Amino acid sequence: MGDVMTTTAGLWLAVVLSGLYHGVNPGMGWPLAVSSALMESKPAALFRALGALSLGHFLAMLLILLPFSMLSSLLTYTEELRWGAGLLVIGVGLYLLITRRHPRFLARVPPHRLALWSFLVAIVHGAALMLVPIYLGLCGPEELEGGHLAASELFARNAGILAGVTLAHTGAMMIAGGGVAYAVYRWLGLTFLRKSWFDLEAVWALSLIGVGVLGLATASHG
Amino acid sequence: MNLRPDPTFYPSAKMAMEAPVEKLAFTLMLSPDGSQPDGLAVVDVDPTSETYGQIVHSLMMPNKGDEFHHFGWNACSSALSPLTGHAFLERRYLIIPGIRSSRIYVIDVKEPLKAKIHKIIEPEELFAKTGYSRPHTIHCGPEGIYVSTLGGGGEDGTDGPPGIFIMDCETFDILGRYEMDRGIQDKHYDFWWNLPRDYMVSSEWGLPPQFENGIVPEDLLSNKYGHTIHFWDLRGRKVTKSIDLGENHQMALEIRPAHDPVKEYGFCGVVVDTTNLQGAIFTWWRDDDGEWQAKKTITIDPVPADADDLPELLKGFGACPPLVTDIDLSLDDKYLYVACWGLGEMHQYDVSDPMNPKLAGKVEIGGIVKKTKHPNGKDFGYGPQMVEISRDGKRVYWTNSLYSTWDDQFYPGDRGAAMVMARNEGGKFELDPDFWVEFPEGYRSHQIRLEGGDCSTDSFCYPNV
Repeated sequence: MGDVMTTTAGLWLAVVLSGLYHGVNPGMGWPLAVSSALMESKPAALFRALGALSLGHFLAMLLILLPFSMLSSLLTYTEELRWGAGLLVIGVGLYLLITRRHPRFLARVPPHRLALWSFLVAIVHGAALMLVPIYLGLCGPEELEGGHLAASELFARNAGILAGVTLAHTGAMMIAGGGVAYAVYRWLGLTFLRKSWFDLEAVWALSLIGVGVLGLATASHG
Repeated sequence: MNLRPDPTFYPSAKMAMEAPVEKLAFTLMLSPDGSQPDGLAVVDVDPTSETYGQIVHSLMMPNKGDEFHHFGWNACSSALSPLTGHAFLERRYLIIPGIRSSRIYVIDVKEPLKAKIHKIIEPEELFAKTGYSRPHTIHCGPEGIYVSTLGGGGEDGTDGPPGIFIMDCETFDILGRYEMDRGIQDKHYDFWWNLPRDYMVSSEWGLPPQFENGIVPEDLLSNKYGHTIHFWDLRGRKVTKSIDLGENHQMALEIRPAHDPVKEYGFCGVVVDTTNLQGAIFTWWRDDDGEWQAKKTITIDPVPADADDLPELLKGFGACPPLVTDIDLSLDDKYLYVACWGLGEMHQYDVSDPMNPKLAGKVEIGGIVKKTKHPNGKDFGYGPQMVEISRDGKRVYWTNSLYSTWDDQFYPGDRGAAMVMARNEGGKFELDPDFWVEFPEGYRSHQIRLEGGDCSTDSFCYPNV
């Protein structure tokens, strides 16, 4: 990966790609949008469900990224923060890789509370955490070139990046998940669900570890 | 664990109907007097096979006196909802509870002809973790494996109400009670649900002292068996409404919701109406205001009989009651099969309009008075009881034992185990003269499960399209 992935463009690409990845993963909920449309026999329900799923995902990212955004604006130890975040993401990835357990309380969420479900899934499966190293990488670079920004300017800039990252990621997720859901609803049929669903748990955990390593790489570059 | 969902899982009931035809069936065998261990029979149901209709493997348990009754799979099509979070479970284990011993066996049938015991949960563990006893119906759902029980705590199972408990779907550890607010529910039997609509319906038989040593005639005639069905907020774990079917409708047993989750109705079988000895089916549904309703939509009349032809229990009535003991709904929600265990008849109702079922076909076999023989000339002891339908709806299998002590009251003497099959093809519903399973001496047969799923196993999360 090296240089391309550590540049700003590469990091934004990672934001979008992770959004697409979360979107197409059935475990993040697109089959529920198909189910809603079929249950109500109107396509509008598909988009309503998709909206709820995306809102939950968006809020989960905001909740996880916000503290890191604040810390990176206030602390002078940004490199340590990035090391910490990278290690945290690797740790969660390893935990998921080894335990392979799905928290049971998620099954208590009623099917009509899709935003809540999506929010909780994004938190407990580390989907939101996956963006932390990428986000911190994006907050990092200019700092070196422009010298020290005033705290307020830094805060505003990081908040802007935060908005950009969460919106771009959620947008990509909506397009990918919505695209698959709509295609299944209109053309492919539910057979696609049986044929295309792969167990991504190990891949997912490895992606977390990968992103964590990327975070460590950008941190040491900085 | 698989990397893809188990091939026997289907998003919708309609898709499951197109599944490959079953080649094996699993049937429970029980020793009525507990003199031999109970067992699981693997039956060849492939007509092209040389061993068609024969038990090709038997797994006997290491204990006696379990009394096998109902059983179910560890995983089913319900896993195909992202909400459950375990799409990659295998349909591999049969969970078999002993209704008398409260012991639970987990049987690995990945290789059906080498079926083996994977885990045994001893009764003490069940009592300690749930306060329930006498486990019965199994369904796999959002939080794991749900098991209904017929008894509460204490020696006779009357210390506290019976209910449902949940088992982990991977480790099979008992996690604890399901209910958070059971309302007036104080007896239990069957339960099933509609997963996307998030409701469950449960029914009532009676408490252990009312069935373990046989039916208690005084309790029946004073309407003390169950006659209420309960509607639950499934994930909220609370009763939202209980409907009393009327106290004369004794023993509200099997709950069969429409398989297509768009439909918000289902059926419940009632064994006997104490005012007239009729058997009955109720249709329950959610009305336009979102309220649960139930209405009697099928009645089956008793048949007058000479006292000499009736067992001691029924002599005074001068009639043979139908005794509706099991019902099953085909995956297309079209046919409801109703076992009339007393009469010796299996009825097939067209329930395309669930409020106006129409009798479409009937098979006569066994029965208290009629004792109709199988087309192959053999005696069919008892009457049609546990019924299971193939996923494509073309084959209907059933056995003949109800419950050890009740068998002996309604059909005195040992009448042998049986398992037969009727074909529902070309507008006809008729017994297959060539399918007849011989069971080992001294055993009775109870519930049947079909390889890859059947019509009382899988819960579907997506509508038929």
